[in-house]
Amino acid sequence: MIWDLFLAPFADFGFMRRALLGCVAVAVGATPVGVFLMLRRMSLTGDAMSHAILPGAAIGYLVSGLSLGAMTLGGLIAGMVVALGSGFVARFTTLREDASLAALYLISLALGVLIVSTRGSNVDLMHVLFGTVLALDDASLVLLCSFASLSLLVLALIYRPLVLECADPQFLRSVSKLSAATHFTFLMLVVMNLVAGFHALGTLMAVGIMILPAAAARFWAGGIGTLIAAAAAIAFLSSLSGLLLSFHYSLPSGPAIILVAGVIYTLSLFFGPEGGVIAQTLPRRRFET
Amino acid sequence: MSTSVAFKNLTLGYERLPAVQQLDTEIKQGSLTAIVGPNGAGKSTLLKGLTGSLSPIEGHIEVSNLRADDIAYLPQQSEIDRSFPISVLDLVAMGLWREIGAFGQVGRKMRGRVEQAIAAVGLRGFESRAIGSLSGGQIQRALFARLLLQDAELVLLDEPFSAIDMKTMADLIGIIERWHGEGRTVLAVLHDDTTVRSHFPETLMLARELVAHGPTETVLTSENQFRARQMCEACASTPHVCGKSAA
Repeated sequence: MIWDLFLAPFADFGFMRRALLGCVAVAVGATPVGVFLMLRRMSLTGDAMSHAILPGAAIGYLVSGLSLGAMTLGGLIAGMVVALGSGFVARFTTLREDASLAALYLISLALGVLIVSTRGSNVDLMHVLFGTVLALDDASLVLLCSFASLSLLVLALIYRPLVLECADPQFLRSVSKLSAATHFTFLMLVVMNLVAGFHALGTLMAVGIMILPAAAARFWAGGIGTLIAAAAAIAFLSSLSGLLLSFHYSLPSGPAIILVAGVIYTLSLFFGPEGGVIAQTLPRRRFET
Repeated sequence: MSTSVAFKNLTLGYERLPAVQQLDTEIKQGSLTAIVGPNGAGKSTLLKGLTGSLSPIEGHIEVSNLRADDIAYLPQQSEIDRSFPISVLDLVAMGLWREIGAFGQVGRKMRGRVEQAIAAVGLRGFESRAIGSLSGGQIQRALFARLLLQDAELVLLDEPFSAIDMKTMADLIGIIERWHGEGRTVLAVLHDDTTVRSHFPETLMLARELVAHGPTETVLTSENQFRARQMCEACASTPHVCGKSAA
């Protein structure tokens, strides 16, 4: 029973093992970045940037079909252009960063859909939008795992300035010149993880595995380290359950994974001990030192 | 005594609108100076000029024998994200930035210094608490602990006692007097005349332009305060000259 439900799909089918590995790589790389996005109140920035990647990937597709390298490069370039572009617009015009980001990503999204659908079929469009986690080849897996490793490594390097940039940016600026570099490196990490996620889950769903576990983890953990651990665990659980659901009930796997994460988020919202709905309505016990 | 900070015909402001105008004076090394003046007089702007985050429109600031990291700056409290999950220990330990930088390790000796600084501001036992669970006064104590670790020659404080309790204020004044005793130069923007009179030997009164600067008893007079208010009101009625409203 347990074997059939939980283990057989992975034991019997290579594509399920590949899908799981791909999802774990994306989860491990993206969730820490998602935690910082959430703590910096930039969750919607991540959303906007994930849409912004689409035209880049689409141009890559236009040039060389469903090619891993071309679409990755295109996505990375488009993501960086939008991240820098919105920062530029916010700095040199009266428009705030959120508005300029929204404008840029709407343009990008429309452009991306247009490019893919003029040149390719609807199937291709669905691939780009919702990913192909069940059809990951060796090269894609290597890419996903390398991006996740690189992302963790860079995050470890910029960890201290990044925490300070979030908690007390003015202090960081007063003691060091790393503030701008830290912010830019962090944006690069966001783009990189979104591009990796896009191969597995598609441009529309990639940001889900970044933000939803982080938002759910906020209801369970207090410190940054525990937040990251909890978010990664939730992302792993969502990937595993989502893949199994999609296997047993023939559901599209990307949306299934994100929906499981959504269910965990909703449960956390109510039952989480750190500021969840129930914890907040119960009489509070205070422990003062 | 050598001069620590000299303002030479200094004009500071935002988007070419001056907030501090043609300031010409000197802060002696090792002095303990209060910066006072009406709202909108340019007091906070002057500190931002000193930290280098705001470039002069005209004139310049001469800071002798000091590097950028010899200056510690405590801005008004609102700039910290108190919902960010960082512990008191971690926040205070960042005062060691000059020694540890972005990548250096906090060794056992340094950790001892961090704990000493936390004890010195009366926060022993709060080390692992998240900053979000602290009161306004406790946050200010933690930030003073961080300043202690910064070990700076020139300490700039912007409204350090706004919205904190009397006990905390008394303790923090103790820390400021300790810095003064160690020969550091301290500049603090303050509102409360009583505090200035009883603890700050020097006062610089600002109303965009310099009103007076010298020993507190000669500067903090009712004539000077009346003059400062008038100067600021005059500026507010001619914003094309002086910029931001005085309100």
